[in-house]
Amino acid sequence: MSERLTTAFWSAAVLAVFLLGWQFLPGLSGVPDFVLPNLTKTVNEGLRIWSNERLLWHSGITALEVVAGFVLGALLGAVIGYALGFSPRVEAVLSPYLLALQIAPKVAFAPLFVMWLGYTVYPKILVAILIVFFPVLINVLSAMRTMDRDIINLARSFSATRWQIFTMVQYPTTLPALFSGLRIASTLAVIGVVVGELVGGNMGLGYLLVFFEGQGNTAGVFVVIGALTVIGIAAYYAVVLLENRVLHYLPSAVQRA
Amino acid sequence: MTAPTPAAIEFAAVAKRFAARGKAPEVLAVSNVSFAIAPGEVVSIIGPSGCGKSTLLNMGAGLDAPSAGSVRVAGETVTGPNTHVAFMLQKDLLMPWRSISENIEFGLELRGVPVTERRTTSARLLTQCHLEGFGASYPHQLSGGMRQRAALARTLAVDPLVLLMDEPFSALDAQTKMILQQDLAQTVAAQNKTMLFITHDLAEAAALSDRILVMSERPGTITEEIVVDLPARDNPMARRKNPALGEYVTRLMELLRLDAHSEVH
Repeated sequence: MSERLTTAFWSAAVLAVFLLGWQFLPGLSGVPDFVLPNLTKTVNEGLRIWSNERLLWHSGITALEVVAGFVLGALLGAVIGYALGFSPRVEAVLSPYLLALQIAPKVAFAPLFVMWLGYTVYPKILVAILIVFFPVLINVLSAMRTMDRDIINLARSFSATRWQIFTMVQYPTTLPALFSGLRIASTLAVIGVVVGELVGGNMGLGYLLVFFEGQGNTAGVFVVIGALTVIGIAAYYAVVLLENRVLHYLPSAVQRA
Repeated sequence: MTAPTPAAIEFAAVAKRFAARGKAPEVLAVSNVSFAIAPGEVVSIIGPSGCGKSTLLNMGAGLDAPSAGSVRVAGETVTGPNTHVAFMLQKDLLMPWRSISENIEFGLELRGVPVTERRTTSARLLTQCHLEGFGASYPHQLSGGMRQRAALARTLAVDPLVLLMDEPFSALDAQTKMILQQDLAQTVAAQNKTMLFITHDLAEAAALSDRILVMSERPGTITEEIVVDLPARDNPMARRKNPALGEYVTRLMELLRLDAHSEVH
């Protein structure tokens, strides 16, 4: 217990040193505000944006896009991952194209989606779906491929049907891999949405970033980066929380909780 | 090599070849294997590594079809998984997301047995397999020996006519192994189960079995049959203390050509 307290103390100390440095170093070293505004100025700008620029509203739009893109992309990745895991022949046929799509930088599709769908929330969600899709698919697929044959044979020896083998053996076996895919995906979803918003539109935190950049408002950019980080952390811990509930039977999950 | 009819399980001129795959050539795993096990009899198979013992077991469970010959269980030709047999491997194959009770009930659940009936069966088996109080535990909370007990309980839960065992105790330490052998032998004798037991452990084979079949190297076939004429098949501990057991082990070593000059394959 005291060891944990010590660790917490030093973590807090690192934060305090960082904040102090941020507050006083720019002034002492003569760095101008448009390069690195200090802590107080950034906080004040944050309060101004909160009341005058509808920071919460823009954050809400971005958060909704992240959730929609994450849920749809994860669902699509998981369904296709399981489907390909069931039919190695189809997987062999599709694997070069899947690899090409996986290597292609997904954020590069953002301008295309904006051209197709206009300055709406949909191109942002689409980029998030695309970027979330692959880590989920790859994790599910590799877990399906590396299944222990013996455990499937055990179910078969009890006269299990294909569907029973999937729902009672394969699906639960692949859950830990699915969740590690979801964890990666939760942080990628934020990246996808922000890039989509940077490319075009008039709402969301990505739009605010471009807006403040145009104004030369460095403090505003810092505030938006902070807000995006908060959304990313919330998305990540939502997945971890769900994982700890679902995988409660794993000793590692218990320790993490 | 015939047992009095009707046999609980019978292999008739069984061969199994595995088709060539990539650079691997076609393999004849077992060839011309014929033997029968009478109801209530315990037969062990020993043989060198890779002689196709596990292939026989898979065919017995209906997981693999023989390339030639046939396997009959309770007089019926095996064409696929059936309710007469259940198998157990060296790996416990317990599912980490299921409690011990749920693991024991796995086969019953797949066969559509109602939940109340399943609970009754698993409660009885928890007691019988010395796992009282662990029904709600998860597999990772149990020791290797207890996990293997749970695997045995899962095998017994479906009340099979024939138990197919593929080195079930080979991953356990020597003492745990003897205790589990004792439990298994008593259960098999009390419920008059038929058992085909694959093992590398010569003393285990002699302590548990009515008969021992010796297999040759690949393509595996049965080269020798030894009738274990020792008392107390339901008490392997007593058999192990019997000096006559050593003679069987010596004979098996000779048949497997195990001596001071043997090399590891």
